[in-house]
Amino acid sequence: MSDDNLPTAHDAVHGHGEAAVAENPFADPGLPAHEPRRTDIDERAAKRAERQVSLMFVVSMLATVGFIASYVAIDKSKIVYIFPLGHISALNFALGMTLGVALFCIGAGAVHWARTLMSDVELPAERHAIEADDETRADVIQQFKTGAGESGFGRRKMIRNTLIGSMALVPLSGVMLLRDLGPLPEKSLDSTGWKEATPDAPIRLINMNTNEPMKAEDIGIGSLTFAKPGPSASRPGGLQETDEDFQQAIAKDALMLIRIQPDDIKDDKSKGLGFEGVLAYSKICTHVGCPISLYEQQTHHALCPCHQSTFDLSDGARVIFGPAGHPLPQLKITTDPSGYLIATQDFAKPVGPSFWERSA
Amino acid sequence: MKKLSARRRHPLAALVVLLFALVASGGLYAAFAPTEQAQADSSAQSLAIDEGKRLFAVGCSSCHGLNGQGSSMGPSLVGVGSAAVDFQVGTGRMPAQQPGAQVPRKKTIYNQSEIDQLAAFVASLGPGPATPTKDQYTSTETDAISKGGDLFRTNCSQCHNFAGAGGALTQGKFAPSLENVDPKYIYEAMQTGPQNMPSFPDSTMPEQQKQQIVAFVRYQANEAPNPGGLSLGSLGPVTEGLFGWIFGLGVLIAVAIWVAAHTTKAKKS
Ligand code: FES
Repeated sequence: MSDDNLPTAHDAVHGHGEAAVAENPFADPGLPAHEPRRTDIDERAAKRAERQVSLMFVVSMLATVGFIASYVAIDKSKIVYIFPLGHISALNFALGMTLGVALFCIGAGAVHWARTLMSDVELPAERHAIEADDETRADVIQQFKTGAGESGFGRRKMIRNTLIGSMALVPLSGVMLLRDLGPLPEKSLDSTGWKEATPDAPIRLINMNTNEPMKAEDIGIGSLTFAKPGPSASRPGGLQETDEDFQQAIAKDALMLIRIQPDDIKDDKSKGLGFEGVLAYSKICTHVGCPISLYEQQTHHALCPCHQSTFDLSDGARVIFGPAGHPLPQLKITTDPSGYLIATQDFAKPVGPSFWERSA
Repeated sequence: MKKLSARRRHPLAALVVLLFALVASGGLYAAFAPTEQAQADSSAQSLAIDEGKRLFAVGCSSCHGLNGQGSSMGPSLVGVGSAAVDFQVGTGRMPAQQPGAQVPRKKTIYNQSEIDQLAAFVASLGPGPATPTKDQYTSTETDAISKGGDLFRTNCSQCHNFAGAGGALTQGKFAPSLENVDPKYIYEAMQTGPQNMPSFPDSTMPEQQKQQIVAFVRYQANEAPNPGGLSLGSLGPVTEGLFGWIFGLGVLIAVAIWVAAHTTKAKKS
């Protein structure tokens, strides 16, 4: 079979096709003559192409190393100016560029290899019935061997080794990113910013819009208000957006405040945790922790936009749909003598999604 | 004249004179008496309420009850205030076409003066938020947009999307897009909490903050730049994913075809 594909054999077929045109305009013209590439006839060109392919695989390896190095070395808050892109995160840019180069060079190297060094002889493959007889199988094995031989995989050692090297290194980028999953939360998710609240030292609920404490009568039926913790012993100024750890803190402390006619509250325990129908629920979804506050004031349902978990806030935030595993934790609230809403204890259950060490 | 003087002793003459005197003095009083603005207003107001009641009886009472007290078909309107009427009727949501999870916005069927009359009638049923005036919902602050953006992200974006493009809620309900919504209606919606939207009363979100939010929403809809070039509806992963699949993969396929179609051949020497 492979003998048929020698250039001379093709030329013969070609010539035959030309002759056929005169007798029958629709005759099979046959394959065009195979033209060898520069690398087919010039061993120096072939060597150069081989070096180019290997170079690309080596660049890929270097880029992967660069990816790991930038992941370790570049501070995630560093912003740099890069001409056409403007002010961007140095870490994101470095990770994207290095991983991009690493993958691109493998692809480009493989394409360059296939185009310059692997055999480009056209092979007619005729269609046969599906069953494979011994002869066909032997033929397939033979073709496989021929293919392997033509790719020069066994012969061109430099390409083989660099390809293996770059392919082996690239997955390290992914392994490296797994580090973001750690460290384990331990006990830090068990308590929130409300933990210092006691009946003697209550923490006021601060309206996120006005930054002021609120009275119970400010919360109208059908209204929705977001709240954060006010001054406590460890945070005398209350939680402020200017605090360095504001994002970490608000991700656990955020409250949504609603008011339901006390008669419409179906869960007695939940009614007891509220104050005259004002209920304070954690804003953090118990599925994977999206902030949820798509509150429907007529049905009292709160929907999570991430995976559609739906909680019935008139029934102790019971999960009525979706993947969330727990009801939203409710904060026990009451008022102080001057009528401001206060918390006197932390959430009874950890807020947010389940985690390995979760106690309740 | 002769005829008139001849009848001056007619038994009804006294009555005619008396009537004449009454009409004349009443007319003079009306012409010269000091008119009181407030009195005139309240009578215009009561006229509007009467007109509104008439419109209400025809258009709304089948669901909300003859006196707006509500029925199994529609909620009570006592205490919703004129702002709620202005919003619901002004955006065509009311009167509702059919019962359903949500009453959508549609063509308005009342004109503004009829809406004002309906609003006056409903406002007379019980105290509630009043239709805002233009300077109530227009901010004059220079940094209103940035402050409004902050407030919008805290209070509104979860339902209405970060750019106000709207989004889905449960069981067929949805938060509508805020593009092309009259600032007055945005303000009224925050005040009154139409349908399933929670309300944001002045006690928890002061008037000034509502103005800032309105300013941000208008900016977002009309002037905000698109840093990426195409906003693709600002809908996030759905349109962006579609774009990526069609154009991103399209380019890759084109490149693959180009790679396969071009192989340099050395001229046979
Ligand atoms: S995070 Fe709320 S449903 Fe998944």
